[in-house]
Amino acid sequence: MNIYVLLKRTFDTEEKISIQNGQIAEDGAEFIINPYDEYAVEEAIQVRDAHGGEVTVVTVGGEESEKQLRTALAMGADKAVLINTEDDLDHGDQFTTAKILAHYLKEQEVDLILAGNVAIDGGSGQVGPRVAEQLDIPYVTTITKLEIDGGTVTVTRDVEGDSEVIETSLPLLVTAQQGLNEPRYPSLPGIMKAKKKPLDEVELDDIDLDEDEVEAKTKTIEIYLPPKKEAGKVLEGELDAQVSELVSLLRNEAKVI
Amino acid sequence: MARKVLVLGEVRDGSLRNVSFEAIAAGKTVSEGGEVVAVLIGKSVSALGEEMIQYGADKVVVVEDDKLEQYTSDGYSQAVLAVIDQEKPEGIIFGHTALGKDLSPKVASKLSTGLISDATDLEEAGGNLVFTRPIYSGKAFEKKIVTGGVIFATIRPNNIEPLAKDESRTGEVSSLSVDIKDLRTIIKEVVRKASEGVDLSEAKVIIAGGRGVKSEDGFNPLKELADVLGGAVGASRGACDADYCDYSLQIGQTGKVVTPDLYIACGISGAIQHLAGMSNSKVIVAINKDPEANIFNVADYGIVGDLFEVVPMLTEEFKKLKVSSS
Repeated sequence: MNIYVLLKRTFDTEEKISIQNGQIAEDGAEFIINPYDEYAVEEAIQVRDAHGGEVTVVTVGGEESEKQLRTALAMGADKAVLINTEDDLDHGDQFTTAKILAHYLKEQEVDLILAGNVAIDGGSGQVGPRVAEQLDIPYVTTITKLEIDGGTVTVTRDVEGDSEVIETSLPLLVTAQQGLNEPRYPSLPGIMKAKKKPLDEVELDDIDLDEDEVEAKTKTIEIYLPPKKEAGKVLEGELDAQVSELVSLLRNEAKVI
Repeated sequence: MARKVLVLGEVRDGSLRNVSFEAIAAGKTVSEGGEVVAVLIGKSVSALGEEMIQYGADKVVVVEDDKLEQYTSDGYSQAVLAVIDQEKPEGIIFGHTALGKDLSPKVASKLSTGLISDATDLEEAGGNLVFTRPIYSGKAFEKKIVTGGVIFATIRPNNIEPLAKDESRTGEVSSLSVDIKDLRTIIKEVVRKASEGVDLSEAKVIIAGGRGVKSEDGFNPLKELADVLGGAVGASRGACDADYCDYSLQIGQTGKVVTPDLYIACGISGAIQHLAGMSNSKVIVAINKDPEANIFNVADYGIVGDLFEVVPMLTEEFKKLKVSSS
């Protein structure tokens, strides 16, 4: 089975965000595989181990994304592809990324594509479904379980806390939700092996795409931090008096009850 | 510039979700004096058209089919695209709900347009429609515009005020027949886990538990408080990782991002990853034994104490209030 994972490099969840020259400051920040994409990598490895085949992780980004691709290889993926847009694109949006990925994947033999359901930085959750639509294959988002039996695929999907059990078929794109699996940590032998695994780098030219064809359809005009919250009031006194005071504050001062 | 704007009404359990009315209000802003066309999709939903009009839609197009009884991306996208083809809107607004998140990228991709997801606000500024949306799960915000093509956005529930309901408003409710075919995903079963409570993304009040709840049963007092306040129960990653509750309750940078009117954090330390998911709530209350807990830095009101003592007392207090005010 030919399995592809769409992966994004993101800020670590424990990073504080600051702004420099109107952009999110990246200096000294830790970067990780987007946590939802990590579930996708883990699931891809498990599917391959159960059904055979090959796992390829693909990312659109710059040179620095190689680190996250190597991590995925160390977890157990077989191959990695970096579609390097550093020289070609100043800024892209979800339309851009999805078009590039779909254009690349159209030329591959694809049975199953896995992605995170959302990236924790941009948070739009568009790329997976957009890619599926462009490849004209079905997709299921926010999955918590994946079972493949021949051509039939049974997927459990999280829908705002409820679950849907969905039957579909390959080729298929799914996006991972928390609870799908426990991503493994790369083992030391895994890290050693990853260094020798193939990591191909291609540019837009190599996949016959012109910058104009992937020009973003949206534009960010400002980035800012939320107003800093002033430390609130920690109540004092006997516990029951605090509780009464709290109820009264919520009712009369905050007016939320 | 007056525009025609398409707004998707979302039906759950036979009634319209609140986000449908919020989408109408957003659609009105985008329309800049033009027309707001509501779309309703389902098996038997036309009776709900009138309510969309009362909340400000100018007309309603209904697509009904047995195959649309449950949401599928194939079925719903065929229905929406048929309405788009008929109406030729210059703006489109969906709710940023499970359905909207799943459907909107497919529709945007079909139309080859951009899409601004999860907007919490929008305004006309300098000749542009400017959408505000959280990034890094609310650690920062961005203002975004559409640079070409249809103005397509999804709006986060609970952020945009619906217009006042006007029962005297009238408008046309028409139906469009669409040949729904080739559904490639089939829903075999729906397991209702959240049905007992209020949905987290739309809840006005959330009572959330962290590691401090100590066990699955430890969530019971939180549930009782949520019941009294008509709210939903949520959790921190710590509580989910410890298996005290289902991951579907997780609030944070991984998990759900919520903005209720009132967020009561019980036994939650306040890790950055959790704060990202809830710090934009209107009012935050923290209950924690540890006076140094980070959660107190974002809380409007705090009580230093054991949640197992404080939460039941709060429940009783609110019960009294309910009795006296009813």
